[in-house]
Amino acid sequence: MAKKLMKGNEAIGEAAIAAGAPHYFAYPITPQSEVAEYLCWRIPEVGGVFVQAESEVAVGNMLFGAAATGMRVFTTSSSPGISLMQEAISYMAGAQLPVVLVNIMRGGPGLGGILPAQSDYNQAVKGGGHGDYKTIVLAPASVQEAVDLMILGFDLADKYRNPVMLIGDGMIGQMMESVEFPEKYRDPVSPEGKDWALTGAKGRKARITKSLFLDPEKLEINSIELDRKYKRVEAEEIRFEKYKVSNKNKILIVAYGSMARICQTVIDELEEEGISVGLFRPITLYPFPGQAIHIEAVKANIKTVLVVEMSMGQMIEDVDRYLKGKKPIEFYGRTGGIVPSPNEVKDKIRTILKSKKAESK
Amino acid sequence: MLKQKEVVMAGFGGQGVMTVGQLLAYTAMDEGKQVVWIPSYGPEMRGGTANCTVVVSDVRIGSPIINNPQSACVFNRPSLDKFGPLIRAGGLLLINSSLIDVTSGRDDIEELLVPVNDIAIKLGNPKVANMVMLGAYNGATGIVSFDTLLKMLNVKMGHKKELLDINHRAIAEGRKIGEKFRTKAGTK
Amino acid sequence: MAEQANVIFRRPQSLSENVTHYCPGCTHGIIHRLVAESLDELGVRERAVGVAPVGCSVLIYNYFNVDFLEAPHGRAPALATGFKRMRPDMIVFTYQGDGDLASIGMGEIVHAANRGEKFTTIFVNNAIYGMTGGQMAPTTMPGQKTTTSPFGRDTSLAGYPIRMSELLSALVTPAYIVRTAVHTPMHVINAKKHIKKAFRLQKENKCFSLVEVLSTCPTNWGMPPHEATGWVASTMQPYYPLGVFKDPEKGVG
Repeated sequence: MAKKLMKGNEAIGEAAIAAGAPHYFAYPITPQSEVAEYLCWRIPEVGGVFVQAESEVAVGNMLFGAAATGMRVFTTSSSPGISLMQEAISYMAGAQLPVVLVNIMRGGPGLGGILPAQSDYNQAVKGGGHGDYKTIVLAPASVQEAVDLMILGFDLADKYRNPVMLIGDGMIGQMMESVEFPEKYRDPVSPEGKDWALTGAKGRKARITKSLFLDPEKLEINSIELDRKYKRVEAEEIRFEKYKVSNKNKILIVAYGSMARICQTVIDELEEEGISVGLFRPITLYPFPGQAIHIEAVKANIKTVLVVEMSMGQMIEDVDRYLKGKKPIEFYGRTGGIVPSPNEVKDKIRTILKSKKAESK
Repeated sequence: MLKQKEVVMAGFGGQGVMTVGQLLAYTAMDEGKQVVWIPSYGPEMRGGTANCTVVVSDVRIGSPIINNPQSACVFNRPSLDKFGPLIRAGGLLLINSSLIDVTSGRDDIEELLVPVNDIAIKLGNPKVANMVMLGAYNGATGIVSFDTLLKMLNVKMGHKKELLDINHRAIAEGRKIGEKFRTKAGTK
Repeated sequence: MAEQANVIFRRPQSLSENVTHYCPGCTHGIIHRLVAESLDELGVRERAVGVAPVGCSVLIYNYFNVDFLEAPHGRAPALATGFKRMRPDMIVFTYQGDGDLASIGMGEIVHAANRGEKFTTIFVNNAIYGMTGGQMAPTTMPGQKTTTSPFGRDTSLAGYPIRMSELLSALVTPAYIVRTAVHTPMHVINAKKHIKKAFRLQKENKCFSLVEVLSTCPTNWGMPPHEATGWVASTMQPYYPLGVFKDPEKGVG
């Protein structure tokens, strides 16, 4: 299909249609309201469901009801709205329902701001609601990748019957890039063959979709089942990208999403100065590619692992967890909607290298 | 030639800065280049200034946020004040001299004064001032070919046929100024 | 002549054989049966989906022989909206108590009704929180003693009981909204008529429908069942008048 120049927000909406999921429930919030503005006319063209709900609390629960039909459903929102959906996300995880949620993150806490941030990492990756559960978390770094990961997200949600969250930031949502969609769109996914979907108790026993298990032993069994599923996710679904990673690297940057792109510029510019830096970009934040980071980080030349985030430091805890003290870890981050410039990151790297030199003297 | 070119388009909401930025991005994409178009957004768009950045590159684009762009087209005074100091040394600043009666005061960048509103009014429609600016910018930099630019204009504006002609003429007027500037700069 | 036994009363197909956990004198069981009979009689059991609330009837799915979803507290109308929009060919109903619908779920029910979602809500109003042990509900009567209003509901602090049917009837969107009761056989027969009509209107894809049913809670009201039914008549009914508040077929509301 021909390339289109598209805003990330609109491309995310179109990608869901391509994935056979033209069923959208949402409430407007900056910086992603364009998704609803796009889908409100686009979905009727393909015969799907578009509902503007009264709140994000309702959105989450509409998805809960809609997902129980066995068809593919999704929403998009931004940080404060995603907080309001945590109730339903926990219930859907408990009831093992597939759903895709997009968080175009803005600065927090509270009402925060509307500019790009990555400060919802912990909420997304550690399970923002109550109970022992995980959401699969995907982090695109370009509009094209947002499209590809949306489609993958629906497949993963179906495969594992689990909520999948795509986290981008205001940059991914607002910027236009060239993007290609699959040649052939999938037909809206039907409930057929899903022995858990509620389709009416015709010629079979009634089905119940629930997260309530008053008997503690049954509830424990449910949590053990979920845990077994997450182990499978961790074994099979890790995705990442390496940029200019080599044995010459003195520093290994770990960054995701838009921040990783900025670090790509940092690496290109430092290369011209003769400083070798590599970038490790997790694409799945849960499951986290910690082992793969470990393998790169312990290489002899690497002096320091530098984690760069648009937050006060959240993913760094996961990097730390896997490095187990084998290499020093440094952090650089800006937050509140301030996007670190390549120059700031370069300065940070120069400072690290200078202090390492001083140490070794 | 640089692998990557960046320009900020900035002005009041309603001056069409987003539109010309997008047209430039569409054109560059059509020519097989990598492009990013990124706007300012949110409350700052309400009645105040609006701006977008366009990045055009032969290779994969890294940071979409450009702190110090190579060039900027400023349509009003607040935009000059904001972006004038940010342009990279050796860069290019196009100033809408119909509405701005000062310059950046910098001697390490090139400046081109274009009275885009006056030209647009003379052409018969003040709304095409943005196209005059785009014509001047591309005339001065040659980032994309004018053939592709006009082709994409026809594609994007096909539903408003009555406006096509004047937009073409606006780009042509700007182009003359931009190309003359480039020739002069080249002979310096 | 051989005697022929005719079946004149049987368990509705829509009900399962499980024994309910409800307290003696509670009228949830009666209301369940009226819903089940309506589904049977309209021939929609095989394409029905219920949405269970949080409250005493949280385990309702154990007593029905239809597909069921278990909602977070108060959100049943949002789940029902999501389901029904995806499957307009199915018959969707929520079954909610007064804490679930009139307190924590006020937002969801008002907006679902206002959008005119084509599902049916059975709203069981017994003027108290049952499951959590008898706390004050938004529908608790003025002066009524509960575990969180031990001196009686003080309307200067807690406001007056919310008349949900009247409140929802104020919305312009067409709907079928009626208040019934089940404390006497006559009221049971009448409630059945309205519940069945609510489901019929959904089957005909006409409008949102809500049947409020005044119910009893002898345990938390602290009285024997026969006194509880009397309390519905003497205390609740004067404040919560029975009747049809909105009916698009009759031009009411």
